[in-house]
Amino acid sequence: MGINGKSYIIGIYEHPCRAALDKTLPQLHAEIAKGALADAGLSKDDVDAYFCAGDAPGLGPINMIEYMGLNNVRHMDSTETGGSSYIVHVSHAAQAIAAGHCNVALITLAGRPVADAKEGKPVRYYNQQAPDFPFEMPYGPNVTNMYAMCAMRHMYEYGTTSEQLAWIKVAASHHAQHNEHARLRDVVTVEDVVNSPMIADPLHRLDCCVITDGGGGVVMVSPEVAKSLKRTRVKVLGAGEAPKHLAAGQVDLTYSGARWSGPKAFAEAGVTPTDIKYASIYDSFTITVLETLEDLGFCKKGEGGKFVSDGNLISGVGKLPFNTDGGGLCNNHPGNRGGMTKILEAVRQVRGEAHPKVQVRNCDIALAHGTGGLLGSRMGSATVILGSEDA
Amino acid sequence: MSTDQKSKINLVVNSESKPYWEGAAKGQLLIRTCNACGKAHHYPRTVCPHCFSDDTAFVEASGNGAIYSYSITRQAKPPYVIAYVTLNEGVTMLTNIVDCEIDKIRIGQKVRVKFSEAGDGYALPVFTSV
Repeated sequence: MGINGKSYIIGIYEHPCRAALDKTLPQLHAEIAKGALADAGLSKDDVDAYFCAGDAPGLGPINMIEYMGLNNVRHMDSTETGGSSYIVHVSHAAQAIAAGHCNVALITLAGRPVADAKEGKPVRYYNQQAPDFPFEMPYGPNVTNMYAMCAMRHMYEYGTTSEQLAWIKVAASHHAQHNEHARLRDVVTVEDVVNSPMIADPLHRLDCCVITDGGGGVVMVSPEVAKSLKRTRVKVLGAGEAPKHLAAGQVDLTYSGARWSGPKAFAEAGVTPTDIKYASIYDSFTITVLETLEDLGFCKKGEGGKFVSDGNLISGVGKLPFNTDGGGLCNNHPGNRGGMTKILEAVRQVRGEAHPKVQVRNCDIALAHGTGGLLGSRMGSATVILGSEDA
Repeated sequence: MSTDQKSKINLVVNSESKPYWEGAAKGQLLIRTCNACGKAHHYPRTVCPHCFSDDTAFVEASGNGAIYSYSITRQAKPPYVIAYVTLNEGVTMLTNIVDCEIDKIRIGQKVRVKFSEAGDGYALPVFTSV
């Protein structure tokens, strides 16, 4: 039993704030839930399933369901795969709806890393009980240098260049200029990226995403509920999820779990990469996008550098418009978790409600992909394919 | 995880990791090998991640390997080099490259283990160019 056509995304909301000094974390979740339900034309009492990930405080769904006063929940899921969690949630909600376990599923993400830092709250350290911790943390791994090692190896094996990676940021910035909420709205050039300070070789400051507060939410419903509502329906066509790890010491940093999550999603949706009119690709760093595009089959392995160059990811210019909200690289990466915003912009594109300057014409099939944890090494990948009613 | 500085992290010494750190304190790089399937793995585990046998043991590695990938954390004071080194025994481990000109480090470069003081009498395996 697959999920194709058995559920719809009917409500979305992206919190406009990028620094949440005056808001608590549960408050952000609740404001997002309110926004997503209002967009769907539903009330909180209609919600019978709730999904959240590790960003939700306490026991996740238990505490959040109480805080928000969701009194009719009969299905819950707190799958935690880092930034890819929310795309996994869309897949799991589609499964639960298809199985008849619920009819109205709410998914929320919220975070306030900017506010937490300003308030001097300690950085959340990776769990010391994790089995890898004793053998890795003494060497000073951080998100940037671990992703940088993927880029370094990709360059070594395939000749990928910093200029090619820079094109990914350039494309994101072209889109972000039209998003009034984007954290960075200035259009940048390849030269701007490669001349920005080196953070962890070979990644420069402008190869990195923004750090922002806020979050987003999604409401998913059964076909029957969708038909009773006025909102444009976005059909869930297929999904795939996959872990990737260090394979007992057989390390290969040049590919991601998208190699496995992508084909599952395409097969279930009954489409191929050439059918995708718009792609939301997780963009914590430029290298994240490049490896993912290769692994999803938009180009051959090792040819990502050539594929992203010369504006090929810019809407209205290139062959594969990506992250038309400005992505994590320029718009928003709430709570250091970008999977949710990937879904939101894909939904806007299928609805025809992206900014007119970046809206893809006849966008009947879109893809959203999430990456959690550390690219290439210890990570979660999740892919979802969405379509219009006729897709 | 701090992005600005290599945080001083105390070693986590537990029943699975203790022999590894004791070996390092004696100048030995240990890798875990399975007596059932004969394969090595890293990081060390009691139950073999290849075949699920619990007949595993530490053996001393040659200490020689090559850099699989690396990055220089430029914003840290001082900058440091994180790397994946593939040991001659075939497993790849996260480590640091030390005591060499950081701008001359290259993928494929041959390196050899050395041990840096890690407190409480323990030592941390790191690598330097041969």
